[in-house]
Amino acid sequence: MVDITPFLKSLISVSGLSGYETPVADLIAEKWRPLVDEMSMSRIGSLHGLKKGRGKAPRPSVMIAAHMDAIGLRVTKIVDGFLHITNVGGIDVRVLPGAEVTVHASGSDEELPAVIVMPPARFLPESAGDGVLAINYLLVDTGLLPREVDRKVRVGDLVSFANQPLELAGDVISGHSLDNRASIAALTICLEELQNKPHIWDVWAVATVQEEVTLLGASSSAFALRPQIALVVDGAFAKGPGANGWQTFPLANGVGLCIGPNMHPFLHEKLKDLAERLEIPWFLDVTSSHSGTDAFAIQTTSEGIPTALVEYPLRYMHTPVEMVAVKDIQRVGRLLAEFVCSLETDFVDTIIWE
Amino acid sequence: MPTFGNAQLKLLEKLCNVIAISGDEGEVRKIVLEEVKPYADEVRVDALGNVLATRLGTRPERSRRGGRTRSEKRTRVMLDAHMDEVGFMIVADDGEGLYRFEIVGGIDVRHLVGKQVLVGKERTPAVIGGKPIHLMNGDERTRKVPLDGLRIDVGPSGNAKVGDRAGFATKFRRVGASIMSKSIDDRIGVATLVELFKQAPPNIDLCAAFSVQEEIGLRGAKVAAQYFNPDLAIAVDSTPAHDLPLYEGGENISYNTKLGLGPAIYIADGSTLHDPRLVRFLQEIAEEEKIPYQFRQPGGGGTDSGAIQRSLAGVPTVSVSVPHRYTHSPVSISRLEDWKNTINLLYAALRRITPEVIETR
Repeated sequence: MVDITPFLKSLISVSGLSGYETPVADLIAEKWRPLVDEMSMSRIGSLHGLKKGRGKAPRPSVMIAAHMDAIGLRVTKIVDGFLHITNVGGIDVRVLPGAEVTVHASGSDEELPAVIVMPPARFLPESAGDGVLAINYLLVDTGLLPREVDRKVRVGDLVSFANQPLELAGDVISGHSLDNRASIAALTICLEELQNKPHIWDVWAVATVQEEVTLLGASSSAFALRPQIALVVDGAFAKGPGANGWQTFPLANGVGLCIGPNMHPFLHEKLKDLAERLEIPWFLDVTSSHSGTDAFAIQTTSEGIPTALVEYPLRYMHTPVEMVAVKDIQRVGRLLAEFVCSLETDFVDTIIWE
Repeated sequence: MPTFGNAQLKLLEKLCNVIAISGDEGEVRKIVLEEVKPYADEVRVDALGNVLATRLGTRPERSRRGGRTRSEKRTRVMLDAHMDEVGFMIVADDGEGLYRFEIVGGIDVRHLVGKQVLVGKERTPAVIGGKPIHLMNGDERTRKVPLDGLRIDVGPSGNAKVGDRAGFATKFRRVGASIMSKSIDDRIGVATLVELFKQAPPNIDLCAAFSVQEEIGLRGAKVAAQYFNPDLAIAVDSTPAHDLPLYEGGENISYNTKLGLGPAIYIADGSTLHDPRLVRFLQEIAEEEKIPYQFRQPGGGGTDSGAIQRSLAGVPTVSVSVPHRYTHSPVSISRLEDWKNTINLLYAALRRITPEVIETR
């Protein structure tokens, strides 16, 4: 199996906040272009890679979606060279003080290294308290002189996490934006595997935009491509310090297969049977309503699309030190590829409820 | 004026990028020894791990008559900068690569979630993570995570040892007029001492104490002073600049120091009334040499000067600091110009120190 670590590390070394995915989209397009028959971009920026099947046209198609956008921050105000910020997506403010970030300065088209700082309590209203400071009290310092900041930075500029990827013991990668660049890596493995494996169906590899805010990329691409079925790849909560509830699963534990109203039970059963047959370790993840993923949007697109959610355990989700086991990414990639190959021409007709 | 350029910056970068948690200052000690040995008349590493380097002056020449020096003796000036930085120590193994840790020195726990650290002698990369925001209720999202809720995570098959030190993994950066680093406090002082030691003026005997354990109670400086028995001492450190805007506007009147205004001369802090003769002397030198300077706002806090002043029969002591923002956090910021001016001020002061400076009050 292809060594995905270098590509995954490059994916989490660039920004690509929700709505501004170009830096990561460029990397993905370059990687996928030789692996697919056609590359295109949706009207709102999602990447569509078409890998054609061997079946007779018109062929059915499966869409495999992974969002490429990441959570981050945005400048709201500039005071004496310091930047006030707000969130893009579900930021955990507890991770912000002391975090290394990049300010994407539109005034000078530069990437400025910076740090998020906590002003002393005496500089804040009493209501700010002495616990976790709300995001409006935090500041970003670029180290530049106020006049330079005024010239380079504008209100609305993006601020992304800047910490570099780490390789930890046990073939584990840590960094920001692994949610959901790790899924992009898994999808890439799937495309690599499909180079030498015959499949009847067309495959749409889709890197969606804006999952972290509105799921816009998922619904719009599903509408444009009208796949017969869809698989969504995203992270499950891995167990870790402070996270040991029923919603969490051990790191390096295998592939998560999700059940719940967002997922078609038939597809789930097929994936489960396949994982069993291939001896790919898997675990059952249960979401009782909104899965919090692209699957929620894709399922209700057009006349409705049978959708399944495939996951990998991700520790410290939505922190800049998210952690994933490379082994799990490989397992997801392999399961996706094998699933694609298992699709017979008439698979859609076999989908049953009871 | 002493030279200040790329070589000095390179040394600072090297010093800032190693990790030396209080009590485990070996990596800084190694660099310091390499740097000062060629210039020193004597170097020793003492019982606590302080590097104590002496460089004797050459003017006026010592003439020996019956083993006694002449009365016009050179002033013994002790310069102190602490080698240690705040960080962590592994205290228990929870299994599967997760370790409990204690904070060494003062770090606000709110700086810890989501940070990269390096552990042990091998500098094993690790992270301090946090519970996903999705799994927290509203109240939990605004509560700070106590230390016992945090773990250092070296990866599931990784190994650290109880007793290992860990430090922030942040790398040194130069950004415009500023530098960013985890350990400006007090590697900038260490780098300053190295430079002054290399370019020491001939009129003094320079006693450089690269001290240990400042962050846990000024412990190295105390024995260093007792060894050197100096005529006077200057603690060279880095002091917080709280020069941030107030949330609701208005004038910031408790900034401690401000970046860009030059070296901060201490008058009084939580542990020391700095010797008024030395304060005045430094001020006069700065004025005459047109070197920018500022007085650190008198208040709490402290530097090695507290320990040095109270050692022996009392040592006239002053403290000079390069200001930095965001003390004891993963990233502090200082202005290069402030560092340059600190070296210049101290060099000018050393060159003009005579025994008279502390003879009268």
